[in-house]
Amino acid sequence: MSTAAAPAAPILSVNNIEVIYDHVILVLKGVSLEVAEGRIVALLGANGAGKSTTLKAISNLLAAERGDVTKGTIEFKGRRVDKLTPNQLVRMGVCQVMEGRHCFQHLTVEENLLTGAFTRRISRAELRADLERVYHYFPRLKQRRTSQSGYTSGGEQQMTAIGRALMAKPTTILLDEPSMGLAPQIVEEIFGIVRDLNAKERVSFLLAEQNTMIALRYANYGYILENGRVVMDGDAGELANNEDVKEFYLGLSTAGRKSFRDVKHYRRRKRWLA
Amino acid sequence: MTFFFEVLIGGLLSGVMYSLVALGFVLIYKASGVFNFAQGALVFMAALTFVGLTEMGLGFAMALAVTLVVMIAGALLTERLVLRKLVNQPQITLFMATIGLTFFIEGLTQLVWGSQPRGLDLGIPDQPIEWVLDRAGIVVSQFELFAAGVAAVMVAALALFFQKTRIGRGLRAVADDHQAAQSIGIPLHLIWAYVWAAAGFVALVAGLLWGARNGVQFALTFTALKALPVLILGGFESVPGAIIGGLIIGAVEKLAEVYVGPMVGGGIEGWVAYVIALLFLLVRPEGLFGEKHIDRV
Repeated sequence: MSTAAAPAAPILSVNNIEVIYDHVILVLKGVSLEVAEGRIVALLGANGAGKSTTLKAISNLLAAERGDVTKGTIEFKGRRVDKLTPNQLVRMGVCQVMEGRHCFQHLTVEENLLTGAFTRRISRAELRADLERVYHYFPRLKQRRTSQSGYTSGGEQQMTAIGRALMAKPTTILLDEPSMGLAPQIVEEIFGIVRDLNAKERVSFLLAEQNTMIALRYANYGYILENGRVVMDGDAGELANNEDVKEFYLGLSTAGRKSFRDVKHYRRRKRWLA
Repeated sequence: MTFFFEVLIGGLLSGVMYSLVALGFVLIYKASGVFNFAQGALVFMAALTFVGLTEMGLGFAMALAVTLVVMIAGALLTERLVLRKLVNQPQITLFMATIGLTFFIEGLTQLVWGSQPRGLDLGIPDQPIEWVLDRAGIVVSQFELFAAGVAAVMVAALALFFQKTRIGRGLRAVADDHQAAQSIGIPLHLIWAYVWAAAGFVALVAGLLWGARNGVQFALTFTALKALPVLILGGFESVPGAIIGGLIIGAVEKLAEVYVGPMVGGGIEGWVAYVIALLFLLVRPEGLFGEKHIDRV
């Protein structure tokens, strides 16, 4: 399958943004990226590279953490969105699933899903139909619908969080670290559902992940962040076969698997500086 | 035995009055995690504004409507001018802000309406219901029964609102996790505006009932302190808890005063509730119906 064809028009584009926390800590030093309509784009990088900050800059959740986009622009469907409130953005069709799931713990699974439709004033029948649509993708949630979500498993909470975002009927979902703390089998299941949603509901995804291997398997395109800068980007297949990516993020190299100590040593000598 | 029931019923009914004040606390605490110290001042403000308006010659319905408008406007202003500025600050900061607000509201209210105590007549006499007195020989105050009815209706309405409506669910969502609520597009300001408006309304109802029973005076602000043991007993997040807590505190207070009081020389009604609350804190700090903190390990 060739994904190298000319990219479709970007639905979301981030142009050279700079983010500063608390007026002093410079976290993003000029990040640019694009998400083409109907694609899954992966945003990769180590801890503290700026993945979550990039997503929060787009969804305008930074203010709550005393962060501020000081330079650059963010456009969604050709319109500047960096001064909008999260509420306005959700109405436009951009919804974020936060890192660590953030379910409403004292609400039942179904109530969690219903809160996702807060911005849409729709009839009970429509609400019901949308719930069924979410349950169709996440049959497990239907079984647990009356449980308090704080008592459901990590995988179920991740599903609840994604399902809740779906209830807002977004065209683009910003998905932050969906694999965090989950068993490999559950991670596969969740990525499978993401691919399904992408194919059947035409939802575009911008996916921040530390698990480079699995993210590149499901994504069409990838960006690699390091120290608040994009150091590399390309089609997912190409990135997965790139020698540097293999070495830095997959722990593989031409000389076979290296010991962790050697990798560290090597990284100290050779760094990506854009 | 008849005497026991008379004391018990009297206690339960006066407990409902505590519940009414506690409800206002619960609303705001549930949605924003803020212990709103100013709730007592709001009760005072509502009662005094209502009485002031009737003195100016407004009819009952008209005065009620205007007071409601004043309370809701006050609530919205509080949200806009104080809380919105303090969003994402530590809880203690918000708590201190509500203490400041308390004195401001008290001062402003007295500045406008004067500080002399006044009476408030709702037209429901604080007299025993003769029907019950004849059949069972128990004194049940007409007024207190009316107050209990009002409380019951309010609780039912609030419970429905929280469980079944879009705004109610949004409110509980915000209470659980501000950021997640924002991420799916729930506007915090809107939710807080609703909550403070609702708390203003609850304060109005409590203010009218308390004012009618004890007179409208500065001491009304201390009803807030009476609501504290009720909250500790019932749980800060629970609407039914505020009611059950109120009933227990009311009943125990009166029973203790009548049966235990004479043994120790009387006058224990004023503090026995706090002793119960203290004991409760030791055994079950989240209260009877409060939300348990869910921790995954």
